[in-house]
Amino acid sequence: MVWYIAKRIAYSLLILLGVTFITYLLLYMIPADPARQIAGRSATTEVVANIRHQLGLDLPFYEQYVRYLGNLLQGDLGRSYVQRSEVSTLLASRVGPTLQLMAAGIGFELLIGITLGIVAALKRNSVLDQVLMAFSFIGVSSPHFIAAMLALYFFAVYLGWFPLGGYGGVEHLLLPAITLGVLGSGWYSRMVRSSMIEVLHQDFIRTARAKGLGRARVLLCHVLPNAIVPVIPMIGIDIGIFMSGLVVVESVFGWPGLGQLAWQAIQQVDIPIIVGVTMLSAVAIVLGNLVADLAVLFVDPRIDVTQT
Amino acid sequence: MNNKLKGFALTALCATISSQALAQQTPQEGGEIVVTYQNDVATLDPAIGYDWQNWSMIKSLFDGLMDYKPGTTELKTDLAKDYEISDDGLTYTFHLREGVTFHNGREMVASDVKYSLERTVNPKTQSPGAGFFSSIEGFDAMASGESTTLSGITTPDDYTVKIQLSAPDAAFLHIMALNFASVVPKESVEKWGRDFGKHPVGTGAFELQDWALGQHLTFVKNDDYYREGIPYLDRIDFEIGQEPNVALMRLQRGEVDIAGDGIPPAQFLQFRNDPDFKDLMVIGNQLHTGYLTMNVTMPPLDKVEVRRAINMAINKKRIVRIINGRAIPANQPLPPAMPGYDKEYKGYPYDVAKAKALLEEAGYGDGFDTEIYVMNTDPQPRIAQAIQQDLAQIGVRAEIKSLAQANVIAAGGAKDQAPMVWSGGMAWIADFPDPSNFWGPILGCEGAVPGGWNWSWYCNEELDAEAAAADAMVAPDQQQARAERWGKIFTTAMDDAPWVPIFNEQRFTVHSARMGGDDALYVDPVHIPVNYDYIWVK
Repeated sequence: MVWYIAKRIAYSLLILLGVTFITYLLLYMIPADPARQIAGRSATTEVVANIRHQLGLDLPFYEQYVRYLGNLLQGDLGRSYVQRSEVSTLLASRVGPTLQLMAAGIGFELLIGITLGIVAALKRNSVLDQVLMAFSFIGVSSPHFIAAMLALYFFAVYLGWFPLGGYGGVEHLLLPAITLGVLGSGWYSRMVRSSMIEVLHQDFIRTARAKGLGRARVLLCHVLPNAIVPVIPMIGIDIGIFMSGLVVVESVFGWPGLGQLAWQAIQQVDIPIIVGVTMLSAVAIVLGNLVADLAVLFVDPRIDVTQT
Repeated sequence: MNNKLKGFALTALCATISSQALAQQTPQEGGEIVVTYQNDVATLDPAIGYDWQNWSMIKSLFDGLMDYKPGTTELKTDLAKDYEISDDGLTYTFHLREGVTFHNGREMVASDVKYSLERTVNPKTQSPGAGFFSSIEGFDAMASGESTTLSGITTPDDYTVKIQLSAPDAAFLHIMALNFASVVPKESVEKWGRDFGKHPVGTGAFELQDWALGQHLTFVKNDDYYREGIPYLDRIDFEIGQEPNVALMRLQRGEVDIAGDGIPPAQFLQFRNDPDFKDLMVIGNQLHTGYLTMNVTMPPLDKVEVRRAINMAINKKRIVRIINGRAIPANQPLPPAMPGYDKEYKGYPYDVAKAKALLEEAGYGDGFDTEIYVMNTDPQPRIAQAIQQDLAQIGVRAEIKSLAQANVIAAGGAKDQAPMVWSGGMAWIADFPDPSNFWGPILGCEGAVPGGWNWSWYCNEELDAEAAAADAMVAPDQQQARAERWGKIFTTAMDDAPWVPIFNEQRFTVHSARMGGDDALYVDPVHIPVNYDYIWVK
């Protein structure tokens, strides 16, 4: 067990190293010159050369990368080229709101997804089932920007139930979180539906019913715990998908999170921030998967990792 | 002195007054307003800040030796009480106002001015504005790191600053009015180091009270501001991260007073025709020209006939229609509000038949293949498509390369990469209202270097010499002649047709009904986008 966890952590670190390398290489190859960007349009060649030297951009790629890794190990993510502030300060100021939105958004995804999945499985092949599955399909395939704009317009402008974007209390959080929840719930409802149907056909369910247990009891105590297992690792994978949705939804709702920061940095080719956000997202995804994989072991004791 | 200011006086007051009544009311003190922006305020360090959000904010927090009359492009003194220029135009002596204090309570003196200018020029500051000060004696030594001071700046006493130039520069007073020339207190800069931009201390009308990164900033009135009664507002809350469409909806509800990003292009017609917005929308001209560069070093664009043909092939009126009439068609590099703009100049007519004939003459009767580089946000790609269709009319097959801003700038600055660049979204809005700012970096030889902004790589040494001669005309009574001379330089350059000037963009600000003050303040040509010091709440 310990060996399994150690192995997983080692793999995770390797993945993160790979992510830094690929991100750094891609941004190195972009045909934009950060020194020029910083120096502005009035700069002389001398000034540009001076700035390039100060930033270490005149070094060969491997030296720049090794230098970046060295700083990274000390927790130094560098300074933004545009804002000139420490990347770590900028990230820290935005992690909180993003975690809030993420927790609430994934919460709604699970709530909506699992409920719809159960209903669809119980009423399988009925009209209701088809409607619900069509709904989940539409949700998963809608573009986030349009859906978020429509939700904002309908619920905040037209009906006036929610404030028009911004950050603050629960009332600000609900609309973006529900929007993300509805859009992402399709993955869960489809998965819960198929896994429920599979469990419902198992012998032990028939036995439970045969020995006289009530319908609700069978569903909650026997079917659901078994059907829910594949959902847990799905959450780990979902964190990555969720991040990409956040970039758009945060921008529409004016939510001061990492997604918004990343979106701005990409437009300004602010490389230290792009690398920083990518790193942080990669850590979140790797960590999410690790935790999900370990959690499954506790939920379902039948899974034996010593065999793998 | 008054005469001198008149010399620079630019006739172009940039606002179209949509409701005269506003201007006639007397300003009232007090009040708090909410202003929104989409993108982060990067920094409030005057030596570094150079974007849409922070330009006017910095002007409200800091002062320089010179400034402009509110809502105009007319120079006035600011921290300087008055000034003298030597006859050879090389020595500027500024006399400072006495008793002006920084937000930290200390009095501003001559050594602060010297320190601030040296800080901007110092390569360690990495200021995007350092290059503007290249005419000050000792600039080269400092830029290369040989010296840590500017030998050209001396302070005979606490209230006198003497600046010695290495070459006459008629635009120097404008340079002294740039944000990059703002006066900062040394002790605060040293206290915060590279984070001074998050903890700004100046002499301006407002001071920063609170800044939650990525969320909001609060400016409060500086009670000790040296101008009596200014600012009118007690407090401004800047809310950051607001999508422009959402900001306009909130403005309609009365939650927002100024939507800082204006109106998104796609929504423009809807707002323009909405009676609710009619009185809230202010239209102003800006010192902007949108142009298509043609790289004069890349065949077949190296042939002047080809470049002239392209000038005649593009239907500028149609392009203006594509952006819902948010601009006026242009025929020369200078925008109409700039001194030196030649009203008589007709430019190249839109004449497809003649364009074809010119191409034939140049030996390209069958046309040729080329590329247009363009920034990838709306409406720029749509404009590039219109140009592409116009070029197809004369047989020129252009491929559109739509990239992120920084990448287009990099492509334009590489000698053999971009045959044509559409400047939209990147260039050129004047840094200061003087024609010289439209020449050197974008049409002169100094900009035609790798990484430069002269994307047509046009380098005409004769015209560069003319430009230097015009900039040596510093005497107040020469200003009219100087402007005309500059105008001639630009129209002469058009004979070589390195650009297709397409249009001059207008600016639109939307404010709530309770906001008072002249409309010109809301589309201020210098305090871009809004002059916060002089607006007020009814």
